[in-house]
Amino acid sequence: MPRVMLVELAHARSGDKGNTVNIGLFPYREADYELIKREVTAEKVKEHFAGLVDGEVTRYEVSNIQAFNFVLRGALNGGASRSLRSDSLGKCFGANLLRMYVDIE
Amino acid sequence: MKSVRIGAGQGFWGDSPFPALDVVRSGNVKYLACDALAELTLAILQKARQKDPDKGYVEDLFFKLLLQPCRQKGVKILTNAGGINPHGAGRMVFELARSLGIKGLKIAVITGDDVLPKLAELREKGVDLSDMESGGDISTIKDRIVFANAYLGAKPMVEALEMGADVIITGRTSDPAQFLAPMVYELGWSWDDWDRLAAGILMGHLMECSAQSTGGNFSGDWWNIPDMERIGYPVAEVYENGDAVLTKPEGTGGRVDLRTVKEQMLYEVHDPTAYITPDVVADFTSPRLVVEGPDRVRITGMKGKPRPENLKVSIGYSDGWMGEGTLKYSWPNALKKARKAEEITRKQFAALGISFDEILFEYVGYNSLSGPLATGDGADLNEVGLRIAMRTSDKMTAARMPRLLPPLALNGPPTATGSGGMARPRELIGMWSALVPRDEVEKQVQISIREVG
Repeated sequence: MPRVMLVELAHARSGDKGNTVNIGLFPYREADYELIKREVTAEKVKEHFAGLVDGEVTRYEVSNIQAFNFVLRGALNGGASRSLRSDSLGKCFGANLLRMYVDIE
Repeated sequence: MKSVRIGAGQGFWGDSPFPALDVVRSGNVKYLACDALAELTLAILQKARQKDPDKGYVEDLFFKLLLQPCRQKGVKILTNAGGINPHGAGRMVFELARSLGIKGLKIAVITGDDVLPKLAELREKGVDLSDMESGGDISTIKDRIVFANAYLGAKPMVEALEMGADVIITGRTSDPAQFLAPMVYELGWSWDDWDRLAAGILMGHLMECSAQSTGGNFSGDWWNIPDMERIGYPVAEVYENGDAVLTKPEGTGGRVDLRTVKEQMLYEVHDPTAYITPDVVADFTSPRLVVEGPDRVRITGMKGKPRPENLKVSIGYSDGWMGEGTLKYSWPNALKKARKAEEITRKQFAALGISFDEILFEYVGYNSLSGPLATGDGADLNEVGLRIAMRTSDKMTAARMPRLLPPLALNGPPTATGSGGMARPRELIGMWSALVPRDEVEKQVQISIREVG
């Protein structure tokens, strides 16, 4: 099955709140919204971030702006102010999500 | 239709004040609103106040650079730079205005967000202060609490504007509140007009992180963003009916389009149907965004729901220490050398009885920003930095750990360098969020105004 890396289809920004990270995911083309909705499920995102994210992943559809919002719990080694990680603020989670491969067609 | 133009001046403590000057000079704004407090900032300010009771507010170039130009243009300033000591910040601005010869300036200071002295009383009253994230009981941290501040809304700031304030300084507020206040004041919105308040909150949210809505930290075609060296901070043109346009000052760099605005719209948002603030619960799934011209995005149709009964309190507590050190290795086999150094230090920590709660080894240049998601075997990297971070309960161990790294330059794998990367131990602050009844906080809010004579 042909597959592409998500970075070809969308842009993303992540941010922190406590020990939670959220990632806004924005398809470049309207036509890819349904594809991403089908492929980039909360379950797959949790699997993708195994080892970085301990808690649950929730996906919200924000169809008015053709976007998705992923909320990743237990994602920051305790939160920015107590994290040992270089990326203590979760700034790179969006970029890391864009490395996911998705099946097309 | 009535409208008001509001500009963003600061997205965090440490942000560049120069784009704020562009906003004041060429943004055609009546207000400059700033967000100086990240979640962690109060912990830093609390330490500053412990050393000197006059400190504990955000001290930077902002007022030195902006106060005079704002006064000349008649631009009013709203900021939460008061941190843990809003009165201290008020005195600083007062003295600065006097030294600049600015007369008749009215400085308002708003307090009441600090609930640290009230925590015991709240517990006695049966307020559940369990952590919203972990569900943990407050008794587990109560002796280690460093600060406890409620997020205030825009109302006290609107009252200060009604009292004629030119500069408004607060402590902890919800991030978009400084932006919402001038809209409510200028456009006459009522406190139960949820849709308009939500529209104001959305615009505030789009401006609270300075250039993050105008092309900064943009993950799309960032290489095409024009003139990032003089990027423009956002400016909002807000209308009486809640419609609004996000733009930036003429002649500045950056880009305002659907993509840059959308990235900021979801930044640090959880449930987009319920973005909770003290003044309104905003529904980010409701508005329509349209490009109506170069660097102009029009936002309409925003919906809101009634404000929450409780206010969020952010509590910081002391949570041990971090020791940190870095060693760098060059090609050939840079990653292999760094891994060997990890093996050696692990054995040495064990032999020396260095105990810790948690340890993290990162390979800078290979996996420090991606962890287990890193790809490739890293066999032919030009260089790799080994970063060791350790969590301990005592400061001494955190200070001692990085001292084991420099000897590896002579006693370990070849080409180790850069062992100057021994960081001083850093106190770690755990964050705790709880809800308290709104009234318990609002009844202690005070607004004081002082005029520079």
